[in-house]
Amino acid sequence: MLAFVIRRIMQSAAVMLAVALIAFLMFRFVGDPVNQMVGVDTPQEEVARLRESLGLNDPTIVQFGRFIGNALHFDFGVSYQFRQPVTRLLAERAPATLELAFTAAAFALVVGLIMGVYCALRRDSWLAQLFQAISLIGVSLPTFLIGILLIYLFAVVLGWLPSNGRGQVVKIGDWWTTGFLTTSGLRALVLPAITLGLFQMTLIMRLVRAEMLEVMRTDYIKFAKARGLRTRSIHFGHALKNTLIPVITIAGLQLGSIIAFAIITETVFNWPGMGLLFLKAVQNVDIPIMAAYLMLIGLLFVLINLLVDLTYGLVDPRLRIAMRS
Amino acid sequence: MPTPTPEEVKGLVGGGAGSPVIRKILDSDILYSFRSSKLTMLAATIVFLCFFGALFAPWIAPFDPFDPAKVFLSDASIPPVWQQGGDPRFVIGTDDQGRDMFSAILYGLRVSLAVGGLGVLLAAVIGITLGLVAGYMGGRIDAIIMRIADVQLTFPAILIALLIDGVAQGLFRGLPREQSAIPVLVISIGLSFWVQYARTIRGSTLVEKNKDYVHAARLVGLPAPIIMLRHVLPNVIGPVLVILTINLGLAVITEATLSFLGVGLPPTQPSLGTLISIGNKYLFSGDWWIVAFPGATLAILVLAVNLLGDWLRDALNPRLR
Repeated sequence: MLAFVIRRIMQSAAVMLAVALIAFLMFRFVGDPVNQMVGVDTPQEEVARLRESLGLNDPTIVQFGRFIGNALHFDFGVSYQFRQPVTRLLAERAPATLELAFTAAAFALVVGLIMGVYCALRRDSWLAQLFQAISLIGVSLPTFLIGILLIYLFAVVLGWLPSNGRGQVVKIGDWWTTGFLTTSGLRALVLPAITLGLFQMTLIMRLVRAEMLEVMRTDYIKFAKARGLRTRSIHFGHALKNTLIPVITIAGLQLGSIIAFAIITETVFNWPGMGLLFLKAVQNVDIPIMAAYLMLIGLLFVLINLLVDLTYGLVDPRLRIAMRS
Repeated sequence: MPTPTPEEVKGLVGGGAGSPVIRKILDSDILYSFRSSKLTMLAATIVFLCFFGALFAPWIAPFDPFDPAKVFLSDASIPPVWQQGGDPRFVIGTDDQGRDMFSAILYGLRVSLAVGGLGVLLAAVIGITLGLVAGYMGGRIDAIIMRIADVQLTFPAILIALLIDGVAQGLFRGLPREQSAIPVLVISIGLSFWVQYARTIRGSTLVEKNKDYVHAARLVGLPAPIIMLRHVLPNVIGPVLVILTINLGLAVITEATLSFLGVGLPPTQPSLGTLISIGNKYLFSGDWWIVAFPGATLAILVLAVNLLGDWLRDALNPRLR
């Protein structure tokens, strides 16, 4: 087991190193960092001095080492467009993205679970058919189109909910801002969270439905029925419990996707998060922000995958035996 | 009227070498399964119409939306013909610059399908090549290629496309957007969707390379690239068609998303995504048609392509027959 854990952690570190290499190559070779920092009329000696002081004349491998060293201290340099440390820009916007992603994930999990269970237990009812149709649309429609549709319906026509921004936020501690504590913050959260969570919701719904139908056919459910247990306790005590393990795994794996897809949702709703910052960076070729965001998302995906693999190893005895050999 | 003899049929369909092929197609299970599903036929019709409209846009479209001499600002934001203030010249209205929406959508389809199609083809070429090499060569090359594929697969394709797009824009900074946008998008889509082809091709190549005909080819002394291309490839290429179809929908969505986010095609050369992004600005002023029609076109196209892909996957899968 220990050997597996160590090997798995080493693998993750290797992947992170590869991501860092890509980020570094972007940083170093796409556009000259010095050209971005100086004006047109800066004298040549000044440019050369800046180049030397930034260490751009050192061998590439030394620069890569320094890049990693800085990254370990969360230092990704200064943004070309904002002239501010990238880490601070990202940290300022992290709460907005994390709150949005968390709400979207909770929405996807709860609603997807309820719809999935309903579709499995009442397969032929018209509501189940409707849910199935909605899930097909949810998979096929691009996220931004769903966002536009929701804005048109609930913000323009009905005027119930705001269509952009975070509403009023409250400051907690040094840097965290939350929209959870004000009415306008909560109202602003509704449409973006649904837009962001819809795809994952349909995914979870389909998964729960398929797993639940599978479990309902097994012998222990038949046996539970034969014992004369109440339907509710069979459905929720026995069947649902056994469908939850794969569902939670998928939901966990999808968390990274939610944060990545937040780029699109944040653009549609003008949500002041990290995704919007990244997009502005892509539009303006602001490489330090792109590199830092790449590292951040890379770390997130690697950590989630590592965690899922390790938990599986702990939970599933078959995997533990396979690991030993 | 008497039923034509097989010879006459042969004469009707062009005869010669062509007829057995046509016979085979007419008798096949695939055509039967196609004709027995109304939804699939509808989807195929929609996809065909979209491709047809895109291909012949300059001849079908009533207006040329990119000819400044024929576009008048006085025609801007005219609603569809069935609404108050509609103009019979512009059946589904005009956009903010006075361009006919129907014509703009046809030209947008052209760009969207071209970028999506070329991107998917590039992805297929990269994926098939790497999959063949990985499966046939094995060893260290295989390990490296598949490791890269594994890592890439953990990230969503749209994120990778966005990143490649950003880097490519940095590299092509000297060129005007009109020239660089399409190649940049095709490359981004190609590099973000190759993994699935590589994995599928590698899997079947691993099986094929131990068969007698490959051993024979090797004994004759053919070089590895020839064996891979001429002997292994025709036997493993089958599933690629299904992946191509399913990925076309994804590629069109990716292109539209990138264009919507403002890193794809510029407004002077709009795709469906660009049209939606332009229309999105006029949502609040009540000009709903500028965004609704390109959006509906995109949604219906993608849905139809997905349905077609699903059907193709089931129809070509012998286990489901």
